[in-house]
Order: sequence, then C-alpha cells, then structure tokens
Amino acid sequence: MIDGSVVGSISNERTVEIPVEPGSHALRVESTRYLLSPEVSFEAIAGQVVGFSCHPRSGSPIIFTRWLIWLLASLVKHDLWIGLQLDDASSASHGVMSASARRSMPRPEVEASRIQSGLDARSASVRAETITSVPARPGTKAQSALVVSDLTKRFGDRTAFSDVSFDVGYGEVFGFLGPNGAGKTTMVRTLGTLITPTSGSATVAGIPLSAENGVEIRQRIAIMPESPGLYLRLTVTENLEYFAGLYGLHHAETRISDALGAVNLGDRASDLCGALSKGLRQRVGLARTLLSDPAIMFLDEPTSGLDPVASLEVHNLIIGLRQQGVTIFLTTHRLDEAEKLCDRVAILNTTLRTVGRTAELREQLFKRSLVVNVLAPLSDPDQFFARVPTVEDWRSDGPGSYVLTVSDPKVAAPEVTRSLVAAGVDVLSIGEAKHSLEDVYLELIAEDVGARQP
Amino acid sequence: MMGLDATRVRAVVRKELLDYRRKRSIVVSMVLLPLLFLVEPVVSIFLVTPLDSGSALDNYVVLPLLYMLLMAVVMPSTLAAFTVVGEREQGTLEPLLTTPLREQEFILGKAAAVMIPSVALSYLVYGLFLGAVALFAHPAVASAVFHDGPTLLALFLFAPLVAGWSVVVGMAVSVRASEVRVAQQLGMLASFPIIGVVLLLAVGVIHPTFTVAIEFAAGLLVIDVLALRIVSRMFDRERLVTGAKATRA
Repeated sequence: MIDGSVVGSISNERTVEIPVEPGSHALRVESTRYLLSPEVSFEAIAGQVVGFSCHPRSGSPIIFTRWLIWLLASLVKHDLWIGLQLDDASSASHGVMSASARRSMPRPEVEASRIQSGLDARSASVRAETITSVPARPGTKAQSALVVSDLTKRFGDRTAFSDVSFDVGYGEVFGFLGPNGAGKTTMVRTLGTLITPTSGSATVAGIPLSAENGVEIRQRIAIMPESPGLYLRLTVTENLEYFAGLYGLHHAETRISDALGAVNLGDRASDLCGALSKGLRQRVGLARTLLSDPAIMFLDEPTSGLDPVASLEVHNLIIGLRQQGVTIFLTTHRLDEAEKLCDRVAILNTTLRTVGRTAELREQLFKRSLVVNVLAPLSDPDQFFARVPTVEDWRSDGPGSYVLTVSDPKVAAPEVTRSLVAAGVDVLSIGEAKHSLEDVYLELIAEDVGARQP
Repeated sequence: MMGLDATRVRAVVRKELLDYRRKRSIVVSMVLLPLLFLVEPVVSIFLVTPLDSGSALDNYVVLPLLYMLLMAVVMPSTLAAFTVVGEREQGTLEPLLTTPLREQEFILGKAAAVMIPSVALSYLVYGLFLGAVALFAHPAVASAVFHDGPTLLALFLFAPLVAGWSVVVGMAVSVRASEVRVAQQLGMLASFPIIGVVLLLAVGVIHPTFTVAIEFAAGLLVIDVLALRIVSRMFDRERLVTGAKATRA
C-alpha cells in the first residue's frame, strides 16, 4: 500500500468495494509498476464505484517479444498496484479494483469497471452481481452503448434490413422485435461483426463498427445465438473453459462457477452437454455469454425452449444484469417477455417500423379509450354517447360492452358514469382500455401486410 | 499472421484434442490406420533376401519407408476436412465467431490440433518399424535400412511437412465445402501429389539423396506456410455464417 487510496492488487483478483458518495468525481489512476501503464482519469457515476485493471502489453507483432514481456512482468510478480484518488479533496479517498485483469482495453490500456453498489438484493440481482463488472469509459454517461445510423444489409437482391437507425444507452434492455425474416438476427450478426453491413454506420460499445475493429468489439460484447451451439461431447465446464480461453481469461474457474451459478446449473457442471435437455443447453449458452464480463449482451430468443420456471429465472437474471448496468439487446418473439423486460423496444420489418417505450408506442398508435360494461345493452347508444361531451367516438365490443374514444380518461370516466347512472343504466364496470405491446406489434405489422396486398 | 494470441490458439488446440479423444470413430481410426501402415512395410522388409545385390536391396528398403510416409498424409486429411464445415454443420461455428478469436488463430489452432496426433503417431509407427527391423530383420537388411540416410531423414523430416500440406488442403476444402462428406472426399486429393512424388522415387525418376531431401523439405515448408496464409484469407465469416459472400456497398 502506498497510502489510504490504494485498495488492492489486480493479479490477486481481489475486489475491494468501498462506497462512494453519490455525485461525480474525477479519479486518478496511477501505475507504480509498469511503465507501459498510462495515467488515466475516469468519471465515477453517481452511486457507483469505478474500478480499473491494467496489464502490460507489447505492441510487438512478434509473439516471442510479447511472451518475453509477459514473462518479465510475471517475474516482477508484484502485480499492478493502483492508487485511486478522488480529486475532490472533501470526499474520502475510495476505490475498487477490477475483478478481472485479463481484458486488454485498447485506448488507453487501462480498464475501468463499474460496480454498482446499493442494489436491490433480490436473488437474481445478487447472482448477476457476482459475475458482472461492466466496463465504463470516459464520459460513458453521455455515450450510447449502441449507435446505429442508416444501416443497411443486402444479400444480392434480397434486403435483410434497410436504413435502420436507433441508439441504445448503457444499462438499457432494448427489445428488438419483428416477424420471422424481418432481419433481427442479421442485425445482431452485423453488430457482432460477423457480417459486414452494405451501407450505413454503427458504433458498438464506443467502437466504430468495422472489420478492423472486429476483435476489439467482440472483446466487449457477448452474443447468444438462438441455438446455443455447444460441443456435445464435452462437459458443461469444458465448454465454458474453452470459451474462457478464447476470451483470454487466465483464472477462469471462478467466473465459470459464478456463471453456472447465475443460471442455476452449478450441479450440472460435470455433465456432458449432449446429455442435457434443450432448455438446459440454452442455459449453458446463457452462462457462456456471462463469462466474458461483457458491456453489451445480444440475446437472441434466450427463453426459447425453456419451461416457465426456467424462463422466469432468465428474466430475473436479465433484470439483475440491467441493474448492474449491462446493456442487453434482446430479440424475441415473446411480446409479453419484451413488455416485461425492455426499457424500449424497436419493431423491425426490414425497415424500422417504430422505436420507443411501450407506453409511448401505445399512445402513438392508439387513441385513449374507456371500456364500459353495462348489465343490459343500451337501446340507442349512438344517441346516448352523443350527449356526453368527453366521448369522441364509440364502438360496440359485444352485448353491453362499449369502447369509448376519449381524450382524457380521468375526466371522461366520472362523466360517463354519471350519465349512465342518471339514465338508470346498471353499470358493471368502467375503466381505461389497456393496449398491450402485442396490440402495438400487430397494428404495425398488419399495416405492412396491408400495404403489400394489392 | 500478425497479432496472434497464443492463449486463444492454445484454447483451440486443447479443445480439439479433447474432442478427438471423446469421438470413438476418431480414436479407432487413429489406432487402426497406423497399424495398417505398419504391416505392409514390416512384411516387405522381412521378405527381402539378403542375397540380393546392394542396389536391389537399397530399392527394397526405400519403398516401404516411403510407403509409411503416406500415413502422415492420409491420417490428417479426414480430420482437417471436418475442421470448419463440421463446426458449421453442428452449429458451433457461430458462437465461436462471436468471440475475439481471429481467423488466423482459428486456422492455426485447428491445424496444430490435427497435426499433433498425426505426426506423433507417424513417428511412433516409424519407431516401431525401425525397432522391429533392428531386432528381427536379417542383419544385412537392417544395415541397409539404417544406412539409408536420405530416406530416414526424409521420413522424419517430411512427416510434419506432408501432414501440414494435407492439413491445409483439407482445411481449404473445409472452408469452402457445404457438407462434411464432400469435404472429406475432396480432402483426400491432398495425398495425390505426395503419392506422385513417392511413385517418382519408386520408379527411379527422382533419386533420394540428402540434397533432394533437403530441397523437397524446404519447398514443402514454403508451400505449407503460404497455403496456411491462403486458407486464412479464404476464411470468410459472413459466408460461413449466412452462406452468402461478404459484400460491401
């Protein structure tokens, strides 16, 4: 320890969590061991602690030289001690070390990790907390995790998606919906650098989308395809060990154990993947995406094939990850799932049909309405509702059931009730009509279908 | 091949070797094939009579040794043909491509994983063959075998090189093929040039000397390295994931 601001060592992978007063603080990071580690300042976000990890890195393309530097670094042995010092002298000096020293951040060669404190201690959140430390970058508050601008992908004459633009903030769960063949999976593959866009641009985790930046981007994201794609002759642990190696995790045992714990598969770690059910394989796939501590997770139908209990566990995990600040890009056909989990949704049908919060989409697409149920049908509803000023329009929704278009349900409901009671009508119920995300989805997709018909 | 990460290459090699061990058909072929390649040369050597003239004896000795060289070509071709298209067929390629793994690291790791058991088994068979000759063959035949420097050198020097050739050809086919079966059949083509060279040696068009051995080895090494680079360039993520060639505006 140098002084009170030093909090741990990276190679020991110790995490020391010290609460930071809410507010923004400038933090100074200093390396006392490796000359290659630069001094960098990061912003600490309110209620959060920023952590860092560094490791020596040689820019030499010759593998031997890089090995030599690693070897020398390991001989020095003392790891990297970092002092975190709040510029604001009135605040106590606090900091936290990153749990992972393995990932190499490109510019600068220092990694910051955000560990949210004071979380709601729900079980899913707690499980997620053990496995994520989301990379933060200078000014992350102002940046978006994903920025997509006029992105188009064509395969010959076929257009997968066209002129799609949206952005996703850090820590947001973003639902990406659309019918089969709408281009959702192609979008995920494009943003995951698996395929090249035909035109347009995007930024993924702060890095411009390009083939040259592919490795850098893939280091910061994790993609769970619809089919988990496991090696069936290997055990669950062996599958995860393989991917841990591909992500360059040197001490992967803990992360593997945590990832399996997060999807409740700890007791199946030694089972061959070939012996697992589809649902369990899906959970192994999900555990695999958690391994690399990603800033953005692309989940393609994560609950496909899962039973309701397992689906609920995945939902809780996603909620927990969101609370950790992990950005989640969720493609799903389950609209109830999207409505429950997503902060915002986008509906794609080759072109982007809409994007926004579900409540906003409802308001955009549907006029506000009241549903009125009465004991006996009205003799002349046209004449009756015409006398109520707040009712703009009405339609029948079955015997004794009416849907009234109104501008403000809170004003209209008492007035309609009074009118009905005054007319001697027995009112069974009256309430605002709730449009689900499914209604929004079907409305938009039906428009497309209608537009295509001659 | 710049910017290769040894950890990722090692991870690929380790997983491949583990997967081979768990696949019974691979284990069986890895045991049976070397035995088949061992029987013929041993029988041939033991049928040679020491009464043959020196040059005839030399010819009798050279052929079994060269025959064994084919093992290093044939063994890896099937495995190499599976490397990419096999992953694609079993649905494991896409998750793999979502990791920071580079194309070159993938190709190098897969190639090494195929070569390591193939070359090790080739050397094991050579060792068994030479042991059998030393212990049981007529002293004159044994002497002819052990004094045939160029051929022995070729055997040990060429085993990894021809295996490398076989691997890169198999992988080139695997990167482009749509099915494992097609890839495995086409991968066998890799052995044709090597069989051709062995035939030319057998009929005396090429005379095995130290110089010829070294020249062939150097040539093969250059070809292997170049072919590996070409295979890396052939590796098109987009085509492998979607079946469509990558296009830009």
